[in-house]
Amino acid sequence: MTAPVMSAKGLTRHYDVSGGLFSRSQVLRAVGGLDFELYAGKTLAVVGESGCGKSTLARLVTFIEEPTEGALTLDGKPVTRADWPDLRSSVQIVFQDPYGSLNPRQTIGTILMEPLVINRPKMSGKEREAQARKTLGLVGLRPEHFDRYPHMFSGGQRQRIAVARALMLEPKVLVLDEPVSALDLSIQSAILNLLVDLQDRLNLAYLFISHDLSVVHHVADDVIVMYLGRAVEKGSKEAVFAAPKHPYTKALLSATPRADPLAKADRIKLAGELPSPLEVGAGCPFAPRCWKTQDRCRVERPDLQGDAHLAACHFPIGPDGA
Amino acid sequence: MTDMPPDAPIAPPPKSRMRLALESDVFYTFRRSPVAVISALVVLVLVLSSVLAPWIAPTNPFDPSSLNLMNGFTPPMEPNAFTGETFLLGTDDQGRDVFSTILYGMRISLFVGVAAVTFAMILGITLGLISGYVGGWLETIIMRTADVQLTFPSILVAMLIFGIAKGVTPVEYRDQMAIWVLILAIGLSDWVQFARVVRGATLVEKNKEYVQAARLIGRTPGAIMLRHILPNVLSPVLVIATISLALAIIAEATLSFLGVGAPPTQPSLGTLIRIGQGFLFSGEWWILFFPACTLLALALSVNLLGDWLRDALNPRLR
Repeated sequence: MTAPVMSAKGLTRHYDVSGGLFSRSQVLRAVGGLDFELYAGKTLAVVGESGCGKSTLARLVTFIEEPTEGALTLDGKPVTRADWPDLRSSVQIVFQDPYGSLNPRQTIGTILMEPLVINRPKMSGKEREAQARKTLGLVGLRPEHFDRYPHMFSGGQRQRIAVARALMLEPKVLVLDEPVSALDLSIQSAILNLLVDLQDRLNLAYLFISHDLSVVHHVADDVIVMYLGRAVEKGSKEAVFAAPKHPYTKALLSATPRADPLAKADRIKLAGELPSPLEVGAGCPFAPRCWKTQDRCRVERPDLQGDAHLAACHFPIGPDGA
Repeated sequence: MTDMPPDAPIAPPPKSRMRLALESDVFYTFRRSPVAVISALVVLVLVLSSVLAPWIAPTNPFDPSSLNLMNGFTPPMEPNAFTGETFLLGTDDQGRDVFSTILYGMRISLFVGVAAVTFAMILGITLGLISGYVGGWLETIIMRTADVQLTFPSILVAMLIFGIAKGVTPVEYRDQMAIWVLILAIGLSDWVQFARVVRGATLVEKNKEYVQAARLIGRTPGAIMLRHILPNVLSPVLVIATISLALAIIAEATLSFLGVGAPPTQPSLGTLIRIGQGFLFSGEWWILFFPACTLLALALSVNLLGDWLRDALNPRLR
C-alpha cells in the first residue's frame, strides 16, 4: 500500500470552558484520541451528529487550531506550528454554507486570485489570472463569470466557486466540511459528481465531513463514525454500511430514509439527547442511550478493536445483526 | 445533471458603473422621495455657494479695508442713511454685509463639520474593527471607555476637550488653532457611535466562513480587517456619518454660540448667531435671523438626507 498523504495519531483537542465568576472552569473534550490516514485519490468520511467534534476536526486538520495532544504528519513529516504557513497550500477546505463563504464585495476573480497573491508572491498578475480562469473552467463555470459578484450566482454555483478557491493552491488534501448539506438535492448530486471527478483528475485526498449517510455512501472509501469526540467505528465503507458493529452506527443507519415504500420500518429510536461533552463519565460515552448497555459499559470505556473494521464496543453487533 | 446546463444562454456583458448606479434600487427610492430630492438640492446649493463664496459674495467681510463703519446696522434691502448703499440681507454693527458673512461662515461650519465627522469616523471605525475582531481585554478597554463617554452629553465632552486644548496652546496661536481644536473636540466626542456600530457588524462578519477562508490562505489579521471585514460593515457607517454631519454642524454652532468655538476673526454660523443675538432686542433682527435660518436649512436638510439614506439601505423598513 502507498504511504498516506496525511496521517493523524491520537489527535486530541480540549477547550477550557471558563466558568462565570462563581463556577469553576471545565474542560470540554471536543476531539479525543483520533487516528486516521488520508490517501491520495481516496475519501475518508467522518460521520456523526451535531456536536460530536466534526468541525473541530476540520479546524485541526486545516491548521486553524493546534491539537492539545497527538500530532499530524503530512507526507511523512510531523507538522509543527512553525510549519503552518508553508503547509497551508497543501491542505484546503470547502465550507458548508456557500452564502457565507464568499466575500460579497469581491468579484469571483479577486476571490480566486487571493490565495495566489499571498502564497505565490513571485507569480505575475497575468499568470494568476490565467490560473484562476483555468480553475474556473475546471469546476464547470464559464469564463464570463470571472468579473461577477457572488450574489449573482445560485447556491450550487457558489459552491463550485468555493471548490475552485480551495483548488487554487493545488492542495494535496481537501477538507470538505458538509459541502452539500446547504444545497438542494438535485444540486447536491451535481456537486458530489464534480468532487468525485476532481478527485480522479487531480489525485486529491478528501476528508469528507458529513451527517448525511446517503451522501457518505455515495463518495466515501473509508468511514469513521464519531460520537462525542471519539471514533466509535472505523472501516471501509462496504463493511460499515453492510454490517455495522457499533450500536450507534446501526442506529444512525436505520435512521437514513430509503426510497422504498415496502421496506420494513425498523428504525431504532435512541432514547435521550446527546449528552453534554462536559459531562462524559468513565464508562462508554454511548452507554446512557444504548439498548445493549450492561454494567461493564458504565464503568469501563471500550477502545477501538478489530483489524480492518474497528469498533469501540464491549458487545459489538455480530454479523447476524444481534 | 448539473445546476448550470452548458447550453444556457450567455448573459449580457456587465454594465458600466454609472449605468448600474442609475438603475440601482437606492437611486430609484431617491427619485421617488420628494423630501430626499428637495433636501439634496438644498444641501447642494448651500455647499456650492459656500465653496464658491469668494466669487459669489459681494464683499469680503474679513478684509478690513473693504469695510465702512458708516454702513453699520443697515436693514435688509434699504439704502443706508449715510452712504446710500443697499445690502441684500443688511449689515451688522461693523458694517459687514450679512449675506457675505453667512457665505463665509457656512464655509467654516461645513469644513469643521466634515472634518470632525471624518476624524470621528476614522477613529471609530479603527477602534470598532479592532475591538470586534481582536476581542479580549483590548475590546473591554475600548468599549468601556466608549460607554463611559456616552454617559456625558457630547457637547460637554467637546467643551472639556476644547478647554484643555486651548489651555495647552500658546496664546499667540490660539485663534489660528481654534478651528483645528474645534474639529478635534467634536470628533473625539463623536467617535463612540461609529465604534459601536462597526464593532457590532464586525462581530457578525468575523464568524462568516469567508473570513475563515481568508485566514486559511494565510491573510494576516490586519489584511482580513481591511480587505474583508471593512467593506462589509461600511453601509451602516455611511448612514451614521450623514446624521453625524448634521449633529457636528449643530455642535460646532453651539460651541461657537457659547463663545468657545470659532473666533470672531473666523466666524462660523454659530459665531454669527452669537454676535446677532446681542442686537435682537434693540431691533436689528436681521443680524441674528438670517444666519440662524441658514443653519436651520443646512442641518435639517443634511439630517433628512441621512434619515432617507437609513431607510433606503435598510431592507426591513421598505
